[in-house]
Amino acid sequence: MTTPHPCAIPPATGHLRFEAVTKRFGAHPAVDGVDLDLAAGGVFCLLGPSGCGKSTLLRLTAGFEEPSSGKILLDGRDLAGVPPHRRPVNMMFQSYALFPHRDVAGNVAYGLEREGLGRSEITERVAEMLRLVQLEAFGARRPDRLSGGQRQRVALARALAKRPRVLLLDEPLGALDRALREETQAELRALQRRLGTTFVVVTHDPAEAMVLADRIGVMAAGRLVQAGAAADLYERPATRYVAGLLGDVNLIEGRLGAGGAGTVRGLDTPLGPLRAFDHHGAGEAGSPGLLALRPERLALAAEGLPGTLLDTTYLGDRIVCRVGMADGRVLRAALPPGAGPAPGAGVHLAFAPEAASLLPGGPAS
Amino acid sequence: MSRPHPLAWAALALGLAFLYGPILLLVAYSFNASRLVTVWAGFSTRWYAGLLDNGPLVDSALVTLKVAFASASLATLLGTLAALALDGRRRFPGRPLLTGLVYAPMVMPEVITGLSLLLLFVGLGIPRGFWTIVVAHATFTLCFVAVVVQARLRLLDRALLDAAADLGAAPVTVFRTVTLPLIAPAVIAGFLLAFTLSMDDLVIASFVSGPGATTLPMRLYSQVRLGVTPEINAISTLLIGAVSLAVLGASVLTARGR
Repeated sequence: MTTPHPCAIPPATGHLRFEAVTKRFGAHPAVDGVDLDLAAGGVFCLLGPSGCGKSTLLRLTAGFEEPSSGKILLDGRDLAGVPPHRRPVNMMFQSYALFPHRDVAGNVAYGLEREGLGRSEITERVAEMLRLVQLEAFGARRPDRLSGGQRQRVALARALAKRPRVLLLDEPLGALDRALREETQAELRALQRRLGTTFVVVTHDPAEAMVLADRIGVMAAGRLVQAGAAADLYERPATRYVAGLLGDVNLIEGRLGAGGAGTVRGLDTPLGPLRAFDHHGAGEAGSPGLLALRPERLALAAEGLPGTLLDTTYLGDRIVCRVGMADGRVLRAALPPGAGPAPGAGVHLAFAPEAASLLPGGPAS
Repeated sequence: MSRPHPLAWAALALGLAFLYGPILLLVAYSFNASRLVTVWAGFSTRWYAGLLDNGPLVDSALVTLKVAFASASLATLLGTLAALALDGRRRFPGRPLLTGLVYAPMVMPEVITGLSLLLLFVGLGIPRGFWTIVVAHATFTLCFVAVVVQARLRLLDRALLDAAADLGAAPVTVFRTVTLPLIAPAVIAGFLLAFTLSMDDLVIASFVSGPGATTLPMRLYSQVRLGVTPEINAISTLLIGAVSLAVLGASVLTARGR
């Protein structure tokens, strides 16, 4: 744990690289100095709220927009000035963008026709792609005669038909209903493993990112806040925003004690002095800090932080207890199901310092 | 939804009668056996058969069709290009002004359009005849084509064009394989509209035509001044039929393009 900054990933693989990529629309930076390095294969999810710049980053990669500054490199080749139709990447659009005047097979064949492949080879490749997405029987259908899930699969087959080195997916499951989405997530994952193509997926849904991705890049206001595996982001968030995005979290503010990145430090809080692990460098001693603690990392103990059990919620695999603390705040603790104290009882909460993260505090966090 | 009031039905009937009564009367009298326009003497198609023997009328009809075809083709080409150029994807200074300038001829008094074109042709020393009518008609029907095509372009999903480019199509190929097939119904509708507008026009054609290039509306107008004959009713009925078919075609194409 000596990473100086969560965004600075060592340039080891360099399949798809973003170097200080910035895109301004007028004075407003939609993408602001993004550095990112993606390995070949695997699924990378860009996660963030709408307007955070994740779709713009995708469009920059596809070539629909040119960066205002910075570089995008694919296998070491600078993509600057390369128009979309000459980039070895393909995109699956959020709206699917299926050509309404072509049938399903015609849609899948479109990119292959542009490559000037022979008729028999195109027919063969189209059949192969339709088999891949289980739409063999639908080649002659018009897109408007398909269900949403079928359209999504046609869009996927069309984008994969040219065997791109990188497949960009813009909210690929956004238009599907919930049940279909979960099923399709698994299919997408399996498809990626089979083909080995690098997938870059844009999504606003943290749960979806956690299911799909090998690595997740969290974006906010045009900046890449933190990139890493889902477990990294969940267990070792770098900011309050990342901590809150990937699940429930208890936050306790205070003043940082002595120490630095990679150490257990103290935090002077209204609940008294607490200790937690500083993964990414929360700030200098004396500056404001935050302690982030997942509810499942809190346990009832014989001694610890005193509080009053307010209520409990039974969720099957766990029980969520709301505990009122001495200063009036409420902490949530997720406990294994079983007999516990009744609401109204006095309890003590405890946690291991390594299980809690120290984050920068203050208004900027 | 409540049923319309009986009075509303009456108002509708009155309105339609006002609009189409005179035309129906004309159509009915074109099948009149009598030479007297105002006296009904039984059903007959003799005036339609007689049309073919009326040389000048047949000539004018042919001129009209040729002018309509040529001017509509020219207007479709230019109007479609104008619509594409003024389409809102890329913003450039003066676009609203230019859009206004393309649409302005729709509301320009025809007398002014005709007069200014006449002055232009005279000033340039161009002999007036078939081609001056074609050019004049193309200038005032172009804007209708532009309006129809632009309306369709506005509904075109931009992602389709991005998708085509993403799949390896150069800009010209995107236009040929995606944009054009998708706006084709509007382009054809614009052509049909330009065709009918050219066929109907009397004022502008009168200004810019020359010897040997008399369109059907001009011929009818000059003959009516000598008295209405059943033949005129017959050819007018044919004209109404042609225009109705073209307009119907245009609206079907426009509706299907949505």
